[in-house]
Amino acid sequence: MSGDWRERRHRWDTRYAPYAYIAPYFLLFAAFGLFPLLYTAWVSLQDRDLLAGDAATWVGLDNYVRLLTEDPYFWNAMGNTLSLWLLTTVPQILFALGIAQLLNRRIRTRTVFRMGVLLPNITSVAAVTIIFAQLFGRDFGLVNWVLELFGAGRVDWQAGTASSHTAIAAMVVWRWTGYHALIFLASMQAVPTSVYEAARLDGASQWQQFWRITVPMLRPQIIFSTVIATTGNMRLLAEPLLFNPGTAAATGGSDRQFQTAALYLYEQGFAKYDFGYASAIAWLLVIATVLVTGLSYLAARRIRTD
Amino acid sequence: MTTLLDRPSDVAPPVKHRRRRRAVPLPGPWTYAALVAVLAGSAFPVYWSLVVSSQTADKVDQVPPVLVPGGHLFANIARVFDTTEFGLALVNSLVVSGTITLSVVFFSTLAGFAFAKLRFRGRNALLLVVIATQAIPTELGVIPLYMMMSDLGWAGELPAVIVPGLVTAFGVFFMRQYFERAVPDELLEAGRMDGCSSLRLYWHVVLPAARPAAAVLGLFTFMQAWNDFFWPLVVLVPENPTVQTALSTLASGYTTDYTLVLTAATIGTVPVLAMFLLFGRQIVGGIMQGALKG
Repeated sequence: MSGDWRERRHRWDTRYAPYAYIAPYFLLFAAFGLFPLLYTAWVSLQDRDLLAGDAATWVGLDNYVRLLTEDPYFWNAMGNTLSLWLLTTVPQILFALGIAQLLNRRIRTRTVFRMGVLLPNITSVAAVTIIFAQLFGRDFGLVNWVLELFGAGRVDWQAGTASSHTAIAAMVVWRWTGYHALIFLASMQAVPTSVYEAARLDGASQWQQFWRITVPMLRPQIIFSTVIATTGNMRLLAEPLLFNPGTAAATGGSDRQFQTAALYLYEQGFAKYDFGYASAIAWLLVIATVLVTGLSYLAARRIRTD
Repeated sequence: MTTLLDRPSDVAPPVKHRRRRRAVPLPGPWTYAALVAVLAGSAFPVYWSLVVSSQTADKVDQVPPVLVPGGHLFANIARVFDTTEFGLALVNSLVVSGTITLSVVFFSTLAGFAFAKLRFRGRNALLLVVIATQAIPTELGVIPLYMMMSDLGWAGELPAVIVPGLVTAFGVFFMRQYFERAVPDELLEAGRMDGCSSLRLYWHVVLPAARPAAAVLGLFTFMQAWNDFFWPLVVLVPENPTVQTALSTLASGYTTDYTLVLTAATIGTVPVLAMFLLFGRQIVGGIMQGALKG
């Protein structure tokens, strides 16, 4: 009798228990991750304005048509997104390669240096943006003070397109370079020294060794870093939102000069409560991210490995 | 909006461990100089935040700027707690991040154990699904998620921030990789011979063995939850903030008093900074083993 029960318990344990252990992940992810994203597509086909009483009217592809053909703010935001993607992703990878190269020596107190380069990554994006907004202040910011010391003029960083993108890119690059540098460093340490010795015998300079040996050897990590940097940098929101001190507006500057697509989504969804329109922006941003990620993947793959 | 863990990845960096001492180039003085410059650049904004938060407002708006900390840090801290909801924000952030951390570690070790050590139909396919879900930009589902939270009556309340964070694909995969390497099958077989059910195995064998990896996962998860910005900003209200949304409210006031704002930023950074100073070595190790994804 009890043996029978034990037998049954054992069978249940081997056959069904594993599903019970993995079920919480799948259920919670389906409910709060996957479902909302898919439901976004449904909402994007509706005229759904919370301020108008949350009545949903089916409008088909109207939201998309409006965004793509009649909305200059949307194209402005997409342009800013692409500009910021380029200005953040490329320097991030290049600086990370340089820093990794510096760290890849027998340095003393290397833990200090490694932790040091990772420090920016553990600070919150809100705090970083607020600190940088102060540093880039027009009248009393440290950056302008230094520029003046070197005889350059003051820059009203928030005011222009190029200047605001530069300042925002600085925050992102500052926050993420060290993380990528550590990933590169780990792979650099796996490159066998015999390869470098052979190159030295052939008379290759340090610079040549770096570009001809180190970088090609790091190809998988460079692809990895490019892909994750791209997916992150295509949806910047906190930086352009908080870069504008003293205003709660989600417009990304007085002329929307640094409003990203993610910020435009936020503005339409949670400042104007136009849920249908915001959902259409979300899906267009998903598509744009997939396209740009694919492109940057192909670009990173072109690193020669011969 | 990108935090430590929320970046999806579809290319994992294969990283080998260094086995023996290699003839790496010896660093010259220029290398050290460059490294110190990098270190200074990394630390400066955090230092600057401390400088501003220890000054009076008129010292901050001054040319040339004051570059060393002043004596008003505690006065500014008191002002932050007096004039804003920052005390509540700290408690809320602690509750949110603590709950999410416990939950992520628990569910990740449980599912990671099943994926690494138990046999069941569809295991590999389901694991692939877990890996693939890391690449899904779920952040962009905010609109329906907000509608769901409203329907549940959680808009403006902490469960709205906690519940979507209770599991992560990354955590499951991370623990699965660890168990695969670190827990020998023989150990589990021995337990089974003694008549242990899988749940008892999990509790008495797997969980104790998971401690080092679970600690790193916990640290990472806590920092990520603490720093999370976008979703809390969307779903919470200024009267019931987390640290990050309180910072946002402060920074978007009509007059920006930078001593106040940066003091709040400094206070909000101290908990993760302390964790980082204590356990930074483990976190650096995790990233360099290619296990921790940004």
